[in-house]
Amino acid sequence: MTDGWIVVGLLAAGTFALKAAGPLLLGNRRLPEWFETVVNRLPAALLAALVVTSAFAAKGTLVIDARAVGLASACTALWKKAGFVTVVVIAAAATAAARRLGMS
Amino acid sequence: MGGTDRGATRFGLRFGVPVDVWRIIVRQSLSISVSLIPIGLAFGVLCSKAGLSWVQALGFSSLVFTGGSQFAAVGVLGDGGGVAAAVGAGLLLSVRSLVYGLVMTPALKGSFRFRAAASQLMIDESVAVGTAQTGSQARKVGYLTGGVSVFVFWNVTTLLGAVVLGSSGQLVEKFGLDATIPAAFAALVWPRLKNVELRRVAVVGALIAVVLIPIAPPGIPIVVSGLAVFAGNVAGRRRWPRGARSS
Repeated sequence: MTDGWIVVGLLAAGTFALKAAGPLLLGNRRLPEWFETVVNRLPAALLAALVVTSAFAAKGTLVIDARAVGLASACTALWKKAGFVTVVVIAAAATAAARRLGMS
Repeated sequence: MGGTDRGATRFGLRFGVPVDVWRIIVRQSLSISVSLIPIGLAFGVLCSKAGLSWVQALGFSSLVFTGGSQFAAVGVLGDGGGVAAAVGAGLLLSVRSLVYGLVMTPALKGSFRFRAAASQLMIDESVAVGTAQTGSQARKVGYLTGGVSVFVFWNVTTLLGAVVLGSSGQLVEKFGLDATIPAAFAALVWPRLKNVELRRVAVVGALIAVVLIPIAPPGIPIVVSGLAVFAGNVAGRRRWPRGARSS
């Protein structure tokens, strides 16, 4: 899968440029305030979108399958203040159980 | 001020920091690395599910070495998305590295080569350990120790996840391992939802994804969801506020 290597290469170059811009080029310059707002908010937007796509997207359509059961269980666990490992294990177990019961 | 000097004379130095400070740095670095074990394993599984080889999985974890970006890019690939969407989503999630770089710059003095190498370790965890210390030298040692420690744990767990857990596609479905991915993203976004502003951004981001999934190519919904950062006052009356302001 050559696409995989192209993504590795481009993303490695891009992330390195972002990581090294400060220590190598920018020195002690400050960034404008709006930029910091955007930076603080970006992960919330993207992670939420990633939750949706990884749980409900399948080949360009929205579906509700066994993954949704896993996500619902994970959210319940998070709400009960469970740790990362617990959350992930509960999601996997719930999805596996739903599939065993015949969900796709 | 005098804290580091007193420690230095009484207990000796490790990498230019007092031994007791060094011990704290090691403890912080190891505990933060251990907490990443399940996430590294999950990334390995995600890679094999997306059809990537274990060498490519390691390529991501060593060359890209930015957790959120790796998950986003491989998530897009696994969903059938193209190279541009995968790279775009990955880069959007690493914009904060730029800010980290500026935060760590004063502590990362040295030759061009040293600063370039050290920059590769610019991630959430290394910056967390670095900025938790007092004084330039302790910050530098904390940053490097945290970064190297996470680098080792991250790559080993990625390899284990890709080779051991993800090797069989049926195993992934049977044990619900694919559901660990949305669960992991949910766990990452959860702490941010306590903040009203970030909650609004997250909801808008999720809605953008829901609307776009049926009509846009895979990966694009994630990249476009970044526009949700403008939900609220940044996008309000002053659209692109000009430069730094005092409040």
